[in-house]
Amino acid sequence: MDRARDKIVPVLTILAGLVVVWYVAAVLLNAPFQRDLDRRAGETPDTIEFIAKTLSQPKPTMPAPHQVAENFFENTFLRKITSNRSLVYHAWVTLSSTLLGFAFGTALGIVIAVGIVHVQALDRSLMPWIIASQTIPILAIAPMVVVVFAAVGITGIVPKSLISTYLSFFPVAVGMVKGLRSPEFMHLDLMHTYNASASQLFWKLRVPASVPFLFASMKVAVAASLVGAIVAELPTGAVAGIGSKLLAASYYSQTIDMWSALVAGSIVAALLVTLVGLAGRLVDRSMGARPA
Amino acid sequence: MRWFTLSWQAVAAILLCILAGLLGPMTQPEMKALANPAVTIAYPFLNTKGLIFDLILGAAAVSMLRIPPLAAVAALAIGAHVAAWLLLTGIVGFEGSAHAPYYLLLAAAWLLAWRCVTILSELKPANRAANALLRLVIPFIFGVWILIVWEAVVRGAGIPFILLPPPSAIGVRIANSLPILAADVNQTIFKSVIAGYVIGCGAGFLTAILADRVAFLGRGLLPIGNMVSALPIVGVAPIMVMWFGFGWESKAAVVAIMTFFPMLVNTVTGLAASGHMERDLMRTYASDYTQTLLKLRLPAAAPFIFNALKINSTLALIGAIVAEFFGTPVVGMGFRISTEVGRMNIDMVWAEIAVAALIGSVFYGLIALAERAATFWHPSVRGG
Amino acid sequence: MTMTEAAAGETTAVVEARKLGLTFQTNDGPVQALTGVDLTIGKGEFVSFIGPSGCGKTTFLRVIADLEKPTEGTISVNGMSPEQARERRAYGYVFQAAALFPWRTIAKNVALPLEIMGVPAAEQKARIARVMDLVNLTGFEKKYPWQLSGGMQQRASIARALAFDADLLLMDEPFGALDEIVRDHLNKQLLELWARTDKTICFVTHSIPEAVYLSTRIVVMSPRPGRVTDVIESTLPRERPLHIRESAEFLAIAHRVRDGLHAGHGYED
Repeated sequence: MDRARDKIVPVLTILAGLVVVWYVAAVLLNAPFQRDLDRRAGETPDTIEFIAKTLSQPKPTMPAPHQVAENFFENTFLRKITSNRSLVYHAWVTLSSTLLGFAFGTALGIVIAVGIVHVQALDRSLMPWIIASQTIPILAIAPMVVVVFAAVGITGIVPKSLISTYLSFFPVAVGMVKGLRSPEFMHLDLMHTYNASASQLFWKLRVPASVPFLFASMKVAVAASLVGAIVAELPTGAVAGIGSKLLAASYYSQTIDMWSALVAGSIVAALLVTLVGLAGRLVDRSMGARPA
Repeated sequence: MRWFTLSWQAVAAILLCILAGLLGPMTQPEMKALANPAVTIAYPFLNTKGLIFDLILGAAAVSMLRIPPLAAVAALAIGAHVAAWLLLTGIVGFEGSAHAPYYLLLAAAWLLAWRCVTILSELKPANRAANALLRLVIPFIFGVWILIVWEAVVRGAGIPFILLPPPSAIGVRIANSLPILAADVNQTIFKSVIAGYVIGCGAGFLTAILADRVAFLGRGLLPIGNMVSALPIVGVAPIMVMWFGFGWESKAAVVAIMTFFPMLVNTVTGLAASGHMERDLMRTYASDYTQTLLKLRLPAAAPFIFNALKINSTLALIGAIVAEFFGTPVVGMGFRISTEVGRMNIDMVWAEIAVAALIGSVFYGLIALAERAATFWHPSVRGG
Repeated sequence: MTMTEAAAGETTAVVEARKLGLTFQTNDGPVQALTGVDLTIGKGEFVSFIGPSGCGKTTFLRVIADLEKPTEGTISVNGMSPEQARERRAYGYVFQAAALFPWRTIAKNVALPLEIMGVPAAEQKARIARVMDLVNLTGFEKKYPWQLSGGMQQRASIARALAFDADLLLMDEPFGALDEIVRDHLNKQLLELWARTDKTICFVTHSIPEAVYLSTRIVVMSPRPGRVTDVIESTLPRERPLHIRESAEFLAIAHRVRDGLHAGHGYED
């Protein structure tokens, strides 16, 4: 309990500091344009008025926190969730392909890891490629996958979630290989003295030992999965989702919309990572892990 | 002692060959030629069909004799790869006309390659150089076979090049567009990525040192940094493009923001990694903060810092390429990918991706080499 | 056990090693972990293996357990090869650390070998209750390993080795990581357990008092190459209160063990 309280005060202080910095930056960044406007309108506002104006431009260079918050609130809670302008709608579109891709990616990653741990030829031929493939900017193929699939008539959730699958299976595969190999020699020897069969060794030792690794890599995978879904929405064609909202807002310089779409994406990411973390902790707890 | 050892891959390869032989013609033209024996119709594998069968059957049979493993490996490698080469070159010009026997023979050759890799994986050479060679050869064969299957299936089934170009076409495209690729690499890598990477990693590192000196800051920044690392930061790309313009500066800004947080979090964790006993030892020497930092804590943090550098090398490429989707001058890898996708020049997109993959691996490899040199004492490096 | 075997019980060797040798191939060339070991361990004996690190005492135990394969000589366990003996689950093995699975409760840890060997659930319960009682851990069944002290964890791992009623117990420095007070206590409990169950125990240690206090026979070993240098029969009675360790007889045996260790070391600096 103490440790949590130790953190809350500094975290809140720093967040408050960031909001202050944000306001200052908003005033400074929006000031040139506002001065220009005032000069053309022939107005000479005093400092307070000027600052207030910089913080309430319709298309500011840097929207103020309250403008983003207002826009976010309006588009999240006041719109019908089926509306094209509702952030909940866009978040849901992105979330659904993220989750589908994440589920497939995790399953694929686990299957590959099991294969690598049990088949030596796979281990020595596939593992180096999996590690090498982590060094490749895979996200670059996102637009191509979407467009190519659209060319053969497959649109919507499948191509987007395919990219999420692709991004999320690497961390899971690598984490699970580590996890399935994590049992100590002593535990392996113990199972050997019991003359345990390969499947008993797998289910009673390797699988439970790999669970913490699985959840740690799933946290990374779910975040990567969301990034994949957002980027997959960037190429023209996607009409819904956080990514397409970002792109549309950037075309029309609707900065406030852009920021609130970004906030929506961040909230989805935070929720997903927290949920996976919670699930991991629940499973850990039910497996008797020492409470942290 | 028997004079042969069965292996399921070789047996399956032989069975596939027999099945292919029973099914007859390998391609549409061959079928036509057989139907009209009077007319001479040129068809693929006219002269090589028998050779392909002989190669696969021969290699499969030889590999099951009781011969030294290396001899079996040689037989399998020659049989599988020459057969694959004949299949690949034979189908050129007759794309999309392949029948089942073509794929069966391909699968048989692939099984032989698998058997070859299996034997290689079981070798335990005492010689260190031979071991290193094995570690390269085995994944290399795997990679080659991904390309072979890709090429063979795309050509055999006649998949339109617009959907999935064969690797050979991508190779040709790379060779023909070297100047464009070089200009794109120069714009994206040497301007955006390097600048952003240096700024982001440097700022993250300095902030971590600051957070380390000021405990209050450290306690607050670490949870925030951990959270932000999971956020879709690429989303700031349009904002940066708006602020810094279409040039490389906006991309460098995106890269800097993306690389900042992993560096911050890893360095802070790394600075806490030195043991209590060692820190107490430094206290007994009355060493000051800087001395302790330089002599104990930074070396102890090196593995963590290198980890961040490695993570960031991939993130930086992604950041720069994705940021270019939001607007650039008419050069850059991300720009090229998004415009060529629009024009359906998919082979050019693949060429860019291949170059990006190569550069990503080289970038990562360089950092990994630096890491081995700098943290030679760490168990993960010593264990090799 | 059949009648004929029981009748021949007096002379049945549980472990029989003849000219046993084991050479490891390492990067620095071959290392002789064991050479020329001739040893017969009879039923119901408590044999300790003592010697400095690298003398092969743990390796010998691992050969009995079929965790290592010998490169020379022969060894039989219950008249079979170690592999056959392992397949028939002839022995329980206790490691240097408790090696409990952290995701299982103590009772579930003890149940692990029973699950693997396919013991029916009802019988599992009865056996767990019995061995938990044997090692004085009744009441801790639902706890997780981290909730127990080091000594209790090691007792749980002994319970696990006892759960499937093997006649042979192989113990590899089981109390090495514990402090001396806990170790004394566990030594006493182990002797009581041995008296109650009539098992054959092979016990690796590097503590002279522990070896002398526990054993009916002490095998002194020496490194480079790993070999047996002396085998000392204990003259102490089977009933051994803790204070026997101050008796002249005890000290005499301890002295002989120390001499044996010293002799093995004689050629070294």
